[in-house]
Formats: sequence, C-alpha cells, structure tokens
Amino acid sequence: MKGFLRQDGRKGIRNITAVVYLVECAHHVAREIVFPFRDQQVHLIGFPGCYPNSYAYRMVRQLCTHPNVGAALLVSLGCEGFNRAALLEEIRASGRPADAIVIQQEGGTRKTIAEGHRWIRAALEQLAATPTTEMGVSDLIIGTVCGGSDATSGITANPAVGRAFDRLIAEGAGAIFEETGELIGCEAIMAARAARPELAPELLACVDKAARYYTALGHGSFAPGNAEGGLTTQEEKSMGAYCKSGNSPIDGILKPGDVPDRGGLYLLDVVPDGEVRWGFPNISDVQEIGELIACGSHITLFTTGRGSVVGSAISPVIKICANPETYRRLSDDMDINAGKILEGEATLEEVGNEIYAKILAVAAGAQTASEALGHQECSIVYKSFEPTGPACMPA
Amino acid sequence: MNTSSPQLLRLHEADNVLTVLSTLEPGDALHLGQTVLTVGKRLPIGHKVAARPIAAGEKICKYGVPIGSAVCAIAEGEHVHTHNIKSDYLPTFERENQHSYFQPTP
Repeated sequence: MKGFLRQDGRKGIRNITAVVYLVECAHHVAREIVFPFRDQQVHLIGFPGCYPNSYAYRMVRQLCTHPNVGAALLVSLGCEGFNRAALLEEIRASGRPADAIVIQQEGGTRKTIAEGHRWIRAALEQLAATPTTEMGVSDLIIGTVCGGSDATSGITANPAVGRAFDRLIAEGAGAIFEETGELIGCEAIMAARAARPELAPELLACVDKAARYYTALGHGSFAPGNAEGGLTTQEEKSMGAYCKSGNSPIDGILKPGDVPDRGGLYLLDVVPDGEVRWGFPNISDVQEIGELIACGSHITLFTTGRGSVVGSAISPVIKICANPETYRRLSDDMDINAGKILEGEATLEEVGNEIYAKILAVAAGAQTASEALGHQECSIVYKSFEPTGPACMPA
Repeated sequence: MNTSSPQLLRLHEADNVLTVLSTLEPGDALHLGQTVLTVGKRLPIGHKVAARPIAAGEKICKYGVPIGSAVCAIAEGEHVHTHNIKSDYLPTFERENQHSYFQPTP
C-alpha cells in the first residue's frame, strides 16, 4: 500500500487539513471555514476551554502532527489561554504548512472565514503534491475501543478484534487497547501477560487508579444500555472489553499522546493522575477515540453491540457490530457484522481475518461507513497526567 | 467456543451461567442439558441464565472468572441479571435508579 510521507518521516494513510478552534468561542468560525471543503479531507478539531491545560495542548499538538495530517490552520479568538504561538511553532517544525488566524485581529467572523477559505485553497494545492511512499503493516498503529457494549460484544466483535490484533502484532504493527476503567476485575490476568516483569505492577497500578477514580465519582464506566443488553456488572463488561486485546504479550502502557516507537501491544491509560478533578475521565466514547489517534493510531476499530454511529476526525473508524439484531437495524453505519458468529455463519477466526482485510483496504484508501457518512467527531476535555514512567515502555 | 446447546453458550467450563444466543420468548422451551424448562419472562440475546442452582453469596462465573456475587438464591435456568447479582467492585447504574443517583446530597 502507498502512504503519504511527511517531512518528519511519519507515514499517513490520509492527507488531511486540520482546522483547529483553540477555544469554544472560535468554534463557529472554524466550522464555517471547514464547511465548503468538508468533502475534501478538511477536518474540524479543537478544544473548547479558555483556561490552559497541558493535556489539551498535547492532544491538539499530537492531532495536528499526526501522520494522517498534512497541514493545520489554527483559529483563535485572541484572548484564550491556549498557547497558539508554541503550537504553531511545533507544527511548523514538523514540516507541515501551518498558520494561525486571530478573529479579534482579522476583523471578526466574516473576514476570518474569508481568510480561512483562502488559506485552505492554497493548502489543498500544496497537499496535492505530497510525496507518497511504500507502506507496510509494520508501519501501522491500530487502536481499538468499544462503545455501546452489550453482552454480545464480549463473545463476538471483541474477541474477533483480539484475533486481528494478534495477527497485526505478529506482523510488526503497533496495537493499542484502552479504558482502564473497563478493565476493573481483569487486572490480575492482564498483569500475567506483561512482556517484562517490571511492567506487571504498573498494569495493576493503573487499573487500581481507575477503580479509585470511578469509586470517588460514585459511578463506573457502565451505562444503562449495557444492562439492557445483558451485562450486569463492571467486571462482566470488563471481561468482554478485555477480549479486544487478544493473546499477545503486553509490551507497554501509554498515556494519551504517547506514540509507541515500535510494534507490539500497548494499554492506553486514560484515567488522569492525581486527585479527582474535572469529572469523569472520558465523558463519552469520542474522547477515547481521540486519545487513541493522539497516540498515533492510523485506524480505530470500534466494536459495538447496542449500535454506536460515531466516526472521527483525522483517522478512519472501522465499526464492528457484535449483535446480529443491531446489525440488521443499523447496517448502513457498520463495516463488519461480527454478530453472524452467533448465527453460526462465521467463526471468530473468519471475522478476525475479515477485520484484518478491512484494515488493509482502509489503509489503502477505501472509505469506512462513518467516513462515507461524513462523521468527523472530535472532543477534548480537561485532564491531567504525570509523565509515563520508565517501566511502562520497552527499553 | 463450547456450545452446551444451540440456544445457550457456555464460555468456560467453570462457568455457572450460560449466555442466550438468540432472544427467547415466554413459553419457549429452555434446554439445559437433560433438563427442559419453560421460559417465563423474555430472555433477550446476550442475557444470562443459571446453569445450575446458585446459592446466595456465591460468585457468578463467566469466561471462567468471577463477574460478581449472587444477592439471593438463583434457581437453575433462572434469568441472572442486575436484580439477583451485584458487582464486587462498583455498583451498577440503571435508568430506574437514576433518580436516586441524582438526588442532592442532604
């Protein structure tokens, strides 16, 4: 397959122009800048808060310098706390064309939108000449998330993703699974899969952190629809979610924005460090997808039993439906029907291979269902993390 | 996958619950090994039934690991759900108890 070669050496599967609002007050203007170009790989991302936050800064920087992104336009109101000068400098240092428009300096909504359109037209011309390069499975990073889970998720779609993960990892790809709050109850069996002895206590510690965090909030990562779909407890949901990780050894723990520098299997720790602040770690599935992408995911595998329809800005989302009844209702939104396993029409291995083949097709340019439907969700919230510890990453 | 009957899935030999593979309606026959029971309440796809009688306080086992504890005695073939089992970690939130969850702290 062919990839887009960035000046920093990273290889992308899409050639996206990111338009970034740096505070909610600039959101409308940024959306209007994107609108006429929304079918030309121009994506809207941003952070709504006015108060600066180093996690949010890192998220936005990692998205703007993601291998799928070729250029970035920052849209600032002018008075918000986001450090736009530093961000602009870092994006430009990665070799990507980047600029910032400040609404207060540009002369308001209309003039900023017009200037944004002019900038995008020039950027699209520049991006059309992006060099391509040969890309293999070992160049890919694939993330996985489950959302709208039911009791079929953990017996069809999730273990099928696990099969695809094992195959990708054996071929040198990076694979990331996440949501430590949805691994509560699985910590011991997960720690037994640590690739290095010093990683095992770290795996236990990050699930313990998640349990403490959710206990303080008085609410686990468990939605009413999960129970309607047959799940009863956090542990049961966790075991189902855990199957997505497959059977390979666990090579490391990432925090949002950490990009693995080699292949292997990684757990993404999404629960903030320190005291409980700013509410739930991730307020919906959309933040989790964004964090997987900030860790370099070229594609995200999203499994659902109840039936989520979300996609994402920056990286394609492949939706794998676990429940055959849901698939019949929402088939337009789904890429893969893993529910057929329950109806005896395919085995886990066959669906795992189907997922693997879909990853290669999407990496080569095929649109996913959510891409074709125009889904470009992005949401970044306040969080705080300490730097990733040395025991968490391979030496 | 070790299927104990075409209706129900046993995910691990140590499990005391089985997963319903396609929605069962009231009056349908429920095949539990040699035993044949009649479905009382609707059992949607993915829900669980007891593979054998389970005592109050006993661990509920699925995928070969505990997923919670029985809060009362559960009969063979009975629906195993949020009304008769509880988490050993975090309480389960359902829409029905949403009101109490959002009640202001006195």
